[in-house]
Amino acid sequence: MAAETAVGIAAPRARLALLLLLAPALVWLVGLIVLPHLELAVLSLRARVAPRVYELSLGQYRTFIDEPLYWHTFVRTAGISILATVCTLLIAFPAAWYIAKLARGRARSVLFVLCLIPFWVSETVRTLGWMILLRESGVLPRVLVDLGITPAPIEMLYHDATILAGLVYTSLLFMVVPLVSALESLDDSLIEAAYDLGGTGWSILRQIVVPHAAPGIAAGSIVVFMLTLGNYLTPTLLGGKNSLWFTEQIYTQFITRFNWEQGAAFGFLLLVLSTAIVWLGLKLTGQHFGDVMRRS
Amino acid sequence: MKPFRIALIAGLVAIGAASAYAQDNKLRIITWADYVPADVIAQFKKETGIEVELTLSNNEEMISKLRATGGAGFDLAQPSQDRITGPQQEFGIYKPMDTSKIKTELFIPSMLDATKKNTTLNGQVYGLPHIWGTDGLVVNTKLAKMADYPDLCKAEYKGKTSVRLKRPTLLAFAFASGKDPFALYNDPKAYAALMDDVGKTLTACKGNIKFFWDNKDQLLNGARTGEIVGAMMWDTGGWKLNSENPEIQYIAPKSGALGWIDTFALPAKGRNDAAAYAWINFNMRPEVAAKVAASAGNFTASKGADQLMDAKLKAQFAKSFPEEALKNVKWYPAVPPGIEDIEGKVLDRVKAAG
Repeated sequence: MAAETAVGIAAPRARLALLLLLAPALVWLVGLIVLPHLELAVLSLRARVAPRVYELSLGQYRTFIDEPLYWHTFVRTAGISILATVCTLLIAFPAAWYIAKLARGRARSVLFVLCLIPFWVSETVRTLGWMILLRESGVLPRVLVDLGITPAPIEMLYHDATILAGLVYTSLLFMVVPLVSALESLDDSLIEAAYDLGGTGWSILRQIVVPHAAPGIAAGSIVVFMLTLGNYLTPTLLGGKNSLWFTEQIYTQFITRFNWEQGAAFGFLLLVLSTAIVWLGLKLTGQHFGDVMRRS
Repeated sequence: MKPFRIALIAGLVAIGAASAYAQDNKLRIITWADYVPADVIAQFKKETGIEVELTLSNNEEMISKLRATGGAGFDLAQPSQDRITGPQQEFGIYKPMDTSKIKTELFIPSMLDATKKNTTLNGQVYGLPHIWGTDGLVVNTKLAKMADYPDLCKAEYKGKTSVRLKRPTLLAFAFASGKDPFALYNDPKAYAALMDDVGKTLTACKGNIKFFWDNKDQLLNGARTGEIVGAMMWDTGGWKLNSENPEIQYIAPKSGALGWIDTFALPAKGRNDAAAYAWINFNMRPEVAAKVAASAGNFTASKGADQLMDAKLKAQFAKSFPEEALKNVKWYPAVPPGIEDIEGKVLDRVKAAG
């Protein structure tokens, strides 16, 4: 809004310059996000009646409601994604605290780079690495047998816990970065003052650190949740026959069932439902979206 | 400065012309792994000057990719013969074959006729046979004893077997239950009921299955390490494993192996049909077909190629297919539109079952 009024006052030349500057972003937005979504919306609202004959219908959305397996899959996906987000937060918070407050100079950049290093290889390679470690004939089951902990190698792949571990590993960086920047801005003297006034570690964390870092926590959580919910590779490879991830359903509808209409409807449902979950999360924690995005 | 600029422009024009020329003489093929070995590409280039560009894929992806572009992006595709008329009716992704441009005398006549019949729509032929093979059981005979698909679900092999979560598995288990799913292709209601039953069988069997295999190497690795003792797979994988470890065998199941033929088909908006026809004729020459067959580990529809085939593969084939088993192979008829929707729902349910 502010930009528009500024344009209104400015000379035509400035307006042209602004337009030119915005053009790449606009082309990007319209061409790669808005238009495809419009086409998906149209696709999702039609049903096949005969070869190459389609009619307007809400049937695809009705299938989602009528066929329990689809919304079960969605609920499951959302549930595991939320759990993964929480786990990521719990693991990332101490790490971020250490990087932001305790580490100094060189150690600090080294720690940051350590968080980054796993991302130098592609997600596929990272996930395959997990598979080599965890498969029945893999490294970890072998070690467990050698240590005498299990009598025979156990299959550690294809469990929900495996999916969860893979997802947390994949998203850690996206939580650490906003947390570090949020914690950095916390004035150390506030914590010292709190100790002087008789605060305990726990009450300081609860009453000072977390409220201050809240926008960073929310930003990291949103990014991690969205990435996890939309992840395809990790749940599919690590989950195997039991993966059952919603993005996998979308892929299946598009590619192996040739049912683009159903796939498009699922895609939209994913968009709407994930937005709703994020909105709900912000409401419950009393955060504002604009505030959160500014801090991340 | 000036001569430099002229040289630059001339250079650019030359590059442009060269790339246009290269485009004219490029054949873009979407096919299965191992169907186009590198030495065959090199020989083709030497004979015709045509460059071959490969994209590896499977049946569903081929159809989806062609659907996405309305049949553009490739000059030749190799879908299975039963998956041509259905998608053609639905999406119009192929163009008819001009059989006058094909040296039909290079094909095994019975196979050519059967494929033509199965891929004919409105009097026009859309597919020609290339490579054929079967789906059956790959069994590690030291660790397991199996004779038919349901043996994969025996309690003693819990967590040690594998199938694909795709239509061949449904069809195999339907045959194993004593029914003939192909006979019900034109009766969607009865077909849906049969598929529901098969879905229940597979759901009950799910605990036995270690993973639904998706790419060949995943299953081969599982079988090599002994993590998998029995699986439904196509013959070539079984014979490959058999060459490495004689205890692993490919078995034609009691209720019948499933017979498939992969074809040559022309995408609707292919740009280089002439090259595609040249490639087909080139590929069906017995000596080239034998090379392809050796790479794919399967037999081809080329007449006379089997005489040039590797003796070992022939011996493996003879062992897997005694006279009786060969007669019992169930060849896929063309899939009518709508059938795959029914199967899709059942497969989704199996996947979702706990």
